[in-house]
Parts: sequence; C-alpha cells; structure tokens
Amino acid sequence: MLAYIVRRILATIPVVLLVALFVFSLLYLAPGDPAAIIAGDQATPADVDRIRASLGLDRPYIIRFADWLWQVLNGNLGVSIFTNLPVSHMIAQRVEPTLSLMVLTLILSLSFAIPMGVIAAWKHGTIIDRLVMMLAVFGFSTPVFVVGYLLAYVFALYLDWLPVQGFTSITVGLVPFLRNLILPATALGLVYMALIARITRATMLDVLSQDYVRTAKAKGVGQRGVLFVHALKNAAVPIVTIVGIGFAALIGGAVVTESVFAIPGLGRLTVDAILRRDYPVIQGVVLLFSFVYVLVNLGVDLLYTLFDPRIRY
Amino acid sequence: MERRVFLKASAATLGSSMLAIPNLARAADGKVLRFVPQANLANLDPIWTTQYVVRNGALLIWDMLYGVNDKLQAQPQMVEGHEVTPDFKTWTFKLRPGLKFHDGEPVRAKDVVASITRWMVRDATMGLPIKKRLDALEAIDDRTFRFRLNAPYSKMLFALGKSSTPCLFIMPERIAATDPFKQISEYIGSGPMRFKRDDWVPGAKAVFERFDGYVPRDEKANWLSGGKRMFFDRIEWQIVPDGATAAAALQNGEVDWCETPLPDLVPLLKKAPGVEVDIADPLGNIGAFRINHLHPPFNDVRARRAIQIALSQADYMGAVVGSDESLWKTIPGYFTPDTPLYTEAGGDRLTGPRDYELARKLLAEAGYKGEPIVLLVATDVSITKAQGDVTADLLKRIGMNVQYAALDWGTVGQRRAKREPPAEGGWHIFHTWHAGADCVNPATYIALDASGDTAWFGWPKSDLVQEKIAAWYDAADLAAEKVAIEELNKAAMDHVVYVPTGFFKGYQAWRKNVSGVVKAPFPVFWDVTKT
Repeated sequence: MLAYIVRRILATIPVVLLVALFVFSLLYLAPGDPAAIIAGDQATPADVDRIRASLGLDRPYIIRFADWLWQVLNGNLGVSIFTNLPVSHMIAQRVEPTLSLMVLTLILSLSFAIPMGVIAAWKHGTIIDRLVMMLAVFGFSTPVFVVGYLLAYVFALYLDWLPVQGFTSITVGLVPFLRNLILPATALGLVYMALIARITRATMLDVLSQDYVRTAKAKGVGQRGVLFVHALKNAAVPIVTIVGIGFAALIGGAVVTESVFAIPGLGRLTVDAILRRDYPVIQGVVLLFSFVYVLVNLGVDLLYTLFDPRIRY
Repeated sequence: MERRVFLKASAATLGSSMLAIPNLARAADGKVLRFVPQANLANLDPIWTTQYVVRNGALLIWDMLYGVNDKLQAQPQMVEGHEVTPDFKTWTFKLRPGLKFHDGEPVRAKDVVASITRWMVRDATMGLPIKKRLDALEAIDDRTFRFRLNAPYSKMLFALGKSSTPCLFIMPERIAATDPFKQISEYIGSGPMRFKRDDWVPGAKAVFERFDGYVPRDEKANWLSGGKRMFFDRIEWQIVPDGATAAAALQNGEVDWCETPLPDLVPLLKKAPGVEVDIADPLGNIGAFRINHLHPPFNDVRARRAIQIALSQADYMGAVVGSDESLWKTIPGYFTPDTPLYTEAGGDRLTGPRDYELARKLLAEAGYKGEPIVLLVATDVSITKAQGDVTADLLKRIGMNVQYAALDWGTVGQRRAKREPPAEGGWHIFHTWHAGADCVNPATYIALDASGDTAWFGWPKSDLVQEKIAAWYDAADLAAEKVAIEELNKAAMDHVVYVPTGFFKGYQAWRKNVSGVVKAPFPVFWDVTKT
C-alpha cells in the first residue's frame, strides 16, 4: 500500500508538469497585455513597449517557459508582475480562506446530502422522496451567485444576523469565523449537496434491493442498522467517487462564491490574475489546483479500500 | 449529561451566540475608516503605473510639492515658496521646514531632484516637455532646488501639482533612483499616512496607518492643497469586486465609504437608512469614440465627419449611465464642462438632428464600399461595453459593415497598439473615456495630441491642432489661453481627432456617521471624520 501511495504521488509530477505546459501555452496564445494594463490608458505605445521589455514579456515563448520551469524546479513560483510580491507569498495569504470555505462546504454538504439521499431511497416513491429530489433539482439548477445574493439579502440585510461579506480567520475565534463563512459555504454547497444526494439515493436504491439486505432485515436488524451499517457502507464507493469528482466543481464554484462574498481566497486571486494577465500568478495557482485535484483523487482511491476490502492496489 | 441533551445544548448555545453577537465588522470605532476603492490596489508605484486607484492610494503615502485645489489652481504643499525669472526659464523652490519621511529621515532637496527625474521620464504630458527644455535640475542646499531651462515653461506649478496621472510624488532618493519602467519595492513617503505592508493582501485589503510625524499646512484643506489633517488612526481599503456586495456591505454598516457604487444600485442606496449618496467627481468623465486615422475609410476626414454627423451623444449617455439625466450632458467640445477653458467652438456637427443620409453620402465620397469595420469592444468594462453596443447600432444605421470584436480590456489594451491594417489584426474603432480632470487643458490631455506617430492610439496627425496646442502653452494669461483653446477645439473638431460621446458623472456613497466627504476627482481622506 505504501509503495502504491508513493508511486501515485510520484505520478502526479508529470501530470502537474503537463498541466503547467498546457496552461503556459494557453496563456501564450491568449491575447492580452499586462504591460498595457500597467501603463494605463494615457500611456504612449513607446511606454508600453518599454514596460513590456522590462518585464521580459518580449522574450520568445520557449525561453520564458524554460526560465519559469527552472524556477519552479528550484521551488520558486516567481514574482507577480503587478504586485512585485512572490507568488508563493500571495498563494500562502489566500490558502486559509479558500481551504476554510471548502472544508466547511464539504462538511455541510455531506452532513445534509447523505442523510437526505438515504432517506429518499428508504422512502422511495413517497412524498419525502419527491421532496428531496425536488430540493436536489433546485440546488442543481440554481447558480451559485443567485443563491449567494438571496442568502445575503435574507440573512444579512433583511434579518441582520450575519455579515454580507469578508473573512475572519479561525484564529480570531470560531464564532466570527463561522459567521463569515456560513452563507458562502451554504451557497457553494447547494450544488454539491444536490449532486451527492442524488447519487446516494440512486446507489442506496440499488443496494437496498440486494439479498443481503433482505437477510439482515430477516435477522431482525433495525431499520437504522440496515440503512447506515449494512447498506450505506456498500453504497459508499460511488458516493466517494462523486465527492472526488465534485471537488473540481467546488474549485470552480469557489471562484464565484469568493467574488460574491468578497472572501480573499485563491479563487479571487485567480480571477484577478487572469483579468490582468498576471502570468506568474495564474501559473502558480493553476499548478496548485491541479496538484490538489490529483491528491484528492488519490485520497478517493485510497478510501475505496476502506469501504470495499475486495479492492487492493 | 446524555449525548442528545449535550448536543442540543451545544447547538443552541452556538446558534444563539452567533446571532446575538453584533456584526463584528460594524463595531468599528471612529478611528478606523473602512473604504471600498474603485478597483483593486494591485501595486503602489504611482510612477510605474498610471491607474487612478494607485494614484489614490499614493496620495495618502506620498506628499507633493504642489497640489491643485477645486479651482484647478496649483497651491504650495511641500514647498514653502518659489522664485521664477521673468522669462520663465529659471525656477527656484524652497521646501517647508520639518518635512519627514516615514522612516524618520528628513525630506531633502536631493530627494526632490531624484523624484522629479524619475517622474519626468514617465509623464508624457508635462514631465517630458520639461525634460526636453532642461539644462539642469539641481539641489542647491538641503531645502532648495532649481530648474534651469533652455526655453520658457510657464505651466511649471501646474505640472508639479496636477492630479492627473502620473502625479509628482516625492520619494526618498534611494527609492526614486529606481528605473522609471521598473516597480519600486519600498513604499516610504512623507504623506499623512504610512502603508502597512505586512497587512497588505493584494486583491483583498490594503491598510494605511496615521503618520504622527506629518506636519500639515496651516491652510484649510482643499482637494490636494492645504492642511491634510487625518482624523483616523487607520484607513482600511477593502477590495469588494462585486458591486452588489459592496452596496449591501455599505447598507449593513460593514464598510463606511464606497467610492464608486454601481449606478443601477444608486436608487436603492438613496433610500437606504444611514447611507448618504452624492456626485463623486464634479469634473466627471468624457466618453470617447476613438478612430484609427491610419486606414481606410477613416484616413479620410469625410468618413470621420460622417461619424460626427450621425452620432447621438444622448444615446451613448443613456447607455452608459442610465435614466438619471442629472448625471450626464451632451458636449460639442473636447474640454471638461464648467471649467475655465470649456468651449463649444467648432462643435456644430455634434449638435442638432442626426443626419444619417448625409453621413452615408460622406462615407461614399470617402470611398467606403462596405468593407468590414473592426470595432474593438471591451465587454468586461460596463462603460466601454455600453458605448460599443451603441456604436455597432450607429454604424449599421449609416450603412457600415460592422465586425464587432468582443474582447476584455486587457486584450483591447494590447490590440489598440497595433498599427497594421484592420484585416491583419489591427482595428478601426475602440471606446474609452477620459477623466474630466485630465481634460481641463491640453497639458494633461494626451488624447487630443495630433502629432501622428507619437500621438495616442489612432495616431491622428494635424499640424494645425499641434500649432494651437503650442499657442496655449505660450499664452500669458487666462484670456489668451481661452482664445487658444477656442481655436484648438475648432481645429480638433474639424480634423476629428476623436469623437466625444458625452460628459458623465458618477456617484459615491458613505454612511451618515461619516462627515467631511467632498466632491473631487479622487477620494479626499483628510478632514473626514466618523462618529
């Protein structure tokens, strides 16, 4: 198992490098000029040219990529064109808000979605099942920003319970931390919740029709035991898969959520960097996201062995 | 305690404590101002970049030799006084005593010389003309410095105190020695606030802390002039990228002042209790229909005049600022309305009923036969998007074949620099706008330059326009300046350097417990208080 984990982690290196090459090429091909943005609207073309040269943006693509790759291999993600700050420093400043948002979203989503899916399967065909599925469809089809604005309007402006925007570190206190994050996590988690609830229901329906479930019931195992001990564990593999796949959607959703709720996270950093063509920051963040995504998938693969002992690597 | 009881009690305690706690952000004291700027403060070198948001942040950190007041007159700021020879060739200035940088070092004339030297290279409108005339710029002693010019330059004080970017900010010599095309790495100034670099999260937050060593002038503050007295220990700039969120945060009391609320949400803010809304900048902005003079059909003045004859400024302004007619006006001229040099001379083609037939006729005379007209539209900036949409409709009305290139601002910024024919990656038209503060006279008005190759994007070339700009520089008094500007406006309108699409203003909004907010082309933090 340990050898497998090491192999998988090593395998992430070429994947991440390929992603890096792809991103670098896309940025090179995409139009846009950070020098023009820096120089401003009143700058002369000569000024823009000089700024471009001073930033090294007039060098050939392959030299710029080689230079960047060499820096990355030396543990240096480069320096932002606009802020003049190290990209690693900018990412470090933004990790906590994004990580907090994602973890809270994950906790909220799993806490609600799995019981909802299980109950819907258990009460298959009833009004409860339809209600859960209706909520799932609503969650799936409502854009994150719409939910975000609605929540902010109701809970911040109308009821005046929670702040509209911002982020407070958990080191300041759990309550202010949760007050700032509860609305964005709910907005972001709704789609995720819907996705997991639907998959849980579908797999549970399949599992509940299996012989061993009937046997468990015949042996007198209680309803809760059948659902959560016998059935759910066997339905867990597809659920864990969808949790892993949904993580990518979560990263995408975080970009919008962080903008709506003014959370200083990695999503906003990415959007700002793209709009300004801050190439070193874009490359640094994309590298990080791709690395995390690969790690999440590795985690999912390892969880399979926990839920299904027949799976071996 | 049973598990269920414990869980219920914990949940109830946490829930009630979360709701009972007042909004923490709102509990700010009167010594902290939370401000939402117009854009992200991504860097803080006001010479390296000309973005207004950087200039606005820099105004807190760095002081200026002179500063303009609300009459657009340059008043002494760091300077105690000056002497000038009658031929306007030798200017000698003396600094106020007691000026200190944030690192405790005194401000010396050599710091000023280094700062001017860096600024001159990057300021095309006023710095470079001074540099071209310069025989020597020297520090005479710690408090005295002198310009020796080989040609008269009567607009020196305005140049040193103008608010258009890049402004002349005074930095320590070691920082000002940085290549003007490279970014500085230290933010040490002598202004009323110091920058808290450790608290800076670009894209999210910038913090300024009061500098106790700052000695304000005795006069009352007026825009960039007078005593810059700070009543806050700390000013926090909170970057809120979403306009609706910023408006909600202002209503909720989480922020104190919003520099540019979304126009759509202004009616809502006007009704919100505890919120004050007013015009932000009395000098407003001038929308611009920028034409490429290098390629057909617009290399023919008749095609450019066809646009003037057909273009309705009311349509553009309606699209840009909406139905609030107090926010805009039509201007058959290039200069900022309600300023001393405003004139409508030669602007007849922009007034009266719009004549599409005559426009089509002029286009035909110019040889236009339906070739694609490449219109660059930055769709991520609402002002350019609105103007672009109106232009697309206008061009169709006068029989032009529009190729609408929907891009983002970064791409427009790159593509507009291309001089190649439109079919080979160039362009015919793009839109932008100019701050009214930059359009008060030709010195700060790069968009009116018609020097051809060295002119702004579109590269208009008119010797007559350049001659009239030079006449303004030589004008000895306001009356002579007005004559020169009337002739300049007419010449520029005849040549169609660009087509103004109207004059418009924007709002700012703040909490009612904040007082002292003034109307200006930049946020003025001095003399603002909060209860």
